[in-house]
Amino acid sequence: MDKTIKVGMADANVCKSPYAITTLGLGSCVGIVLYDPVCKIAGLAHIMLPDSTKIINNSNKYKFADTGIDILIRDMENIGASKRNLVAKIAGGAQMFSFSNNFEMMRIGERNVIATKDKLNKLGIRLLAEDTGANYGRTIVFYPETGLLHVKSVGKDLKII
Amino acid sequence: MSDIDLNGISNMQYDVLREIGNIGAGNATTALSQMINAKISMEVPNVELLEFKELSEIVGGAERIVIGILFTLGGDIDGMMMFMVDQDAGGHLVNLLLGNLQSTYDKDSSEFTEMEQSALNEIGNIIAGAYLSSLSTLTNLTITSSIPYMAIDMAGAILSVPAIEFGKIGDKALLIETEFGNIDKMVNGYFILIPTINSYKAILKSLGL
Repeated sequence: MDKTIKVGMADANVCKSPYAITTLGLGSCVGIVLYDPVCKIAGLAHIMLPDSTKIINNSNKYKFADTGIDILIRDMENIGASKRNLVAKIAGGAQMFSFSNNFEMMRIGERNVIATKDKLNKLGIRLLAEDTGANYGRTIVFYPETGLLHVKSVGKDLKII
Repeated sequence: MSDIDLNGISNMQYDVLREIGNIGAGNATTALSQMINAKISMEVPNVELLEFKELSEIVGGAERIVIGILFTLGGDIDGMMMFMVDQDAGGHLVNLLLGNLQSTYDKDSSEFTEMEQSALNEIGNIIAGAYLSSLSTLTNLTITSSIPYMAIDMAGAILSVPAIEFGKIGDKALLIETEFGNIDKMVNGYFILIPTINSYKAILKSLGL
């Protein structure tokens, strides 16, 4: 059971089957799983913000959808994954508080999801599945052995995508 | 001086933020005590600057169920502030506020009734109001707050909202932890104040820092 690698907020890591990789309590952040089905290598990034170019203080590359994906691919290549094999699954991007006014600050989850998809699209990485939006938190676990992403939420059934 | 980088926050700025937390917590205790007509004590708050990946560990893990009550700020500063307690602590506060007449909250049924949720919102209101009024007095800035917005979910998910705002100005988040309660039981609560980057400058500038 201890064969699960944990990824924190604004962080990323990689793993190879039989290990699994997880991130706990995704809210408006997005968990991006990249997967090389040929060598069963997976990478998971827990990004917080859509765009590194809009922020002056951007030393932590894992914080952003754009730079987070770039660096995650590099990390995966370092352990033997091949960029052209990569496919993606994503989860998160919720709006945790239901505000009456719709200001920009509050729609960050949605913007994180859009930025993630744009970046994947630019890199030609196919998005196989997603569980995004709504108003609740998600814990995700990805199993490189099966290529399945398990999504757990409070008071909801386990979702496998 | 007016360049804000939370990673390189000076001791002086840190002390000021802690002092604001201190005074705010004191005000909140008094307000809560008056409301329930019983003595409530509050410990000296603990102010911590944490990396994002440590943030949810400090409150007992990313999957722990917590209650977050969030306010958006207006007036001279923009931003948001959040008050967070775990379910058990929330239940204790509800019991204190509603007395033994109304409250049916017990640990095993993790659901809060509508009445209890509204009591929690009110507690959030009192605490946030007290905190903001001390900030406002110290800085001479006008600070208004929205109605409370509540969410009950995994700590990581709730904390992602303020963490993202901190993420825009640095790689750390400022968390103020405080312990309060009555003679029977003390519980932990957390405040998170997140001014936008310009408001941060405004606050520190008005304090002459």
